[in-house]
Amino acid sequence: MIEHPMERRQVLTLLGALAAAGMVFPRMALANWDKAAFEARTMDEALKALGAGTPATGGDVQIIASDIAENGAVVPVQAVSKLPNTERIAILVEKNPSMLAGSFDIAADTIPDVTARIKMGQTSNVHVLVKADGKFYTASKEIKVTLGGCGG
Amino acid sequence: MNRREFLHVLTAAAAAGMVLPSGPARAEAAAAAFYDAPAFGNVSLLHITDCHAQLKPIHFREPSVNLGIGDMAGRAPHLVAGKFLEHFGVKPGTPEAHAFTSVEFERWAPVYGRVGGFAHLATLVKRVRATRPGALLLDGGDTWQGSGTALWTQGQDMVDAAKLLGVDIMTLHWECTYGQDRVQEVAEKDFAGHIEIVAQNIKTADFGDDVFKPFTLRRVNGVPVAVIGQAFPYTPIANPRYMVADWTFGIREEEMQATVDAARAAGAAVVVVLSHNGMDVDLKMASRVSGIDAIFGGHTHDGMPAPSIVTNPGGRTLVTNAGSNAKFLGVLDLEVTDGRVRDFRYRLMPVFANLLPADPEMDALITRVRAPYEDKLGEVLAVSEGLLYRRGNFNGSFDQLILDALMAEKDAEIAFSPGFRWGTTILPGQPITMENLLDQTAITYPYVTLTAMTGEQIKAVLEDVCDNLFNPDPYYQQGGDMVRVGGLAYSCDPTAPAGRRIGDLTLGDRPLEAAKTYKVAGWAPVSEEARDAGGEPVWEVVARNLRARTSLAAPALNLPALKGVDGNPGLDA
Repeated sequence: MIEHPMERRQVLTLLGALAAAGMVFPRMALANWDKAAFEARTMDEALKALGAGTPATGGDVQIIASDIAENGAVVPVQAVSKLPNTERIAILVEKNPSMLAGSFDIAADTIPDVTARIKMGQTSNVHVLVKADGKFYTASKEIKVTLGGCGG
Repeated sequence: MNRREFLHVLTAAAAAGMVLPSGPARAEAAAAAFYDAPAFGNVSLLHITDCHAQLKPIHFREPSVNLGIGDMAGRAPHLVAGKFLEHFGVKPGTPEAHAFTSVEFERWAPVYGRVGGFAHLATLVKRVRATRPGALLLDGGDTWQGSGTALWTQGQDMVDAAKLLGVDIMTLHWECTYGQDRVQEVAEKDFAGHIEIVAQNIKTADFGDDVFKPFTLRRVNGVPVAVIGQAFPYTPIANPRYMVADWTFGIREEEMQATVDAARAAGAAVVVVLSHNGMDVDLKMASRVSGIDAIFGGHTHDGMPAPSIVTNPGGRTLVTNAGSNAKFLGVLDLEVTDGRVRDFRYRLMPVFANLLPADPEMDALITRVRAPYEDKLGEVLAVSEGLLYRRGNFNGSFDQLILDALMAEKDAEIAFSPGFRWGTTILPGQPITMENLLDQTAITYPYVTLTAMTGEQIKAVLEDVCDNLFNPDPYYQQGGDMVRVGGLAYSCDPTAPAGRRIGDLTLGDRPLEAAKTYKVAGWAPVSEEARDAGGEPVWEVVARNLRARTSLAAPALNLPALKGVDGNPGLDA
């Protein structure tokens, strides 16, 4: 465990450099590139392409994000699943032209907790979709994108 | 008016059947009694917030429009004028009524005189501390911005004044508009060993590390007291993000709960939050986070004579708000036994400059920091025939003056001015000095912009800002007022859903056309592009306009036709 933030940064910078040099992990996801899901234009299409019908809601799936985005171009969204055998976590933005912002395959014995920085053009509901034991679950939150300025 | 005249007024008020005894000697005693706040309990916390760099006594008119929507309707702080006095049991015509409300402002302002001023505040702080050994002084932020001298010294005048005042702990908002490096410099150099900055909701943008301590644990008369900092959650949105490029903010409710739990685990018998959330956000947070004894609130500039008591799963939390412009000192006395708060007393004391002699040391500091700038500050630009003020949900007469100047100087059909809640008040017949103008405009991104906008874009801007003010969920509000609009008439239904509040947009006698392009002047842009484009500082544009006019009639306020809020106690009809 590296405690000091600067050291942690240096390590991660190094990892980034290795990745940029094509030496570690960036290509793993490409094998599972889900073209239909990423090109879906409506929520129904996206859910269908991901194999989900009407996902269940409940406390075992959590979406963590700010209420108002600081920058619509990079909105941090964290998705956490407490469900056993979580296989997949996807993040969908209802009002984006392409709804599916990201999809993560969760390997066995991996903690199902992912954070992505997504782009949002306008205020929208953002959904986290989790596939666990072959079933689908969801959690949602409205994230506001504003023009800014005019604060007290 | 001097102290003698003020005392005479108090006597006259007594003769008119008010609470005070008659006779000059008794009036003097009554003045002393005005600030007599008997100590209580064993832990005292003093609170100032949002002074906006006002070192000298000023006038500040409280709002006559402060609408609450949904659950917030009719609830503190959304009460104005008579409804406010009624709710808090304040007698009309008293000094308190003048301090807390806009009721007959022009009548009472000359009578009760100026309020605030750091030299007078310092006297009050010393007086209160004398009976409350060990008391901590908390500063809720918006301290380094709001005056010419603060802008020109990068907040140094206020940094020095806060240290001399004896502030122990502070949190942040407008401080950040001098840039993250400047804030760090003050924290590490000037404040070291004097003032601690706390903020549980400022993290590094890369890994989410704490930029400041989330809380500090102090012993007050042997009692461990935790003070958690909550900076303004929407600083990078309401103000330029480039000023705090490496920091991220947010409300961070879950982390607040974790911080409260950590403070309790560290042995805190008292846990308070020094907050720049704004009062509606504080009230919601208090209802959802357990274990906070009190939230000392600011940002929305609500001078609340009594705290709101909020119940939550863990018990009860007091929520206060201490107004603005160094006009008030909040005093919370707590009785703490066996590791928990048993009882409390709270007062929000108005700072009447005529009733509190200036503290000589603070007075000398203020004189010293102003000396190099006195000539510039003292330039008389025009004389105002009417009352000039800013505060209010939709417009203020000083904002109208700015809008009129922008349209005239930039040859624009429409003007926008931000709904800031700071900015002092000028009485009819008073000269408007450069200092007064800077009180309304002194920011680090003062550029005037002239933009071609379609009618559709104009409506989108109005809707966007309106939602920041009237979203029924306080967590989606940013705590400013509605953008001030010049030239364009409109209607507003605050109770309508987002995107459907603004209507009847009319320019002259013609409806605004969605596809047509209009020339719109504005200032205080938050984008880097606008910064790089330059643009004249707004005070230069307005000063030029005022210098050309010797006397200034009271500006005609452009106000929206309001819908859906008839009878709302946040509206003084």
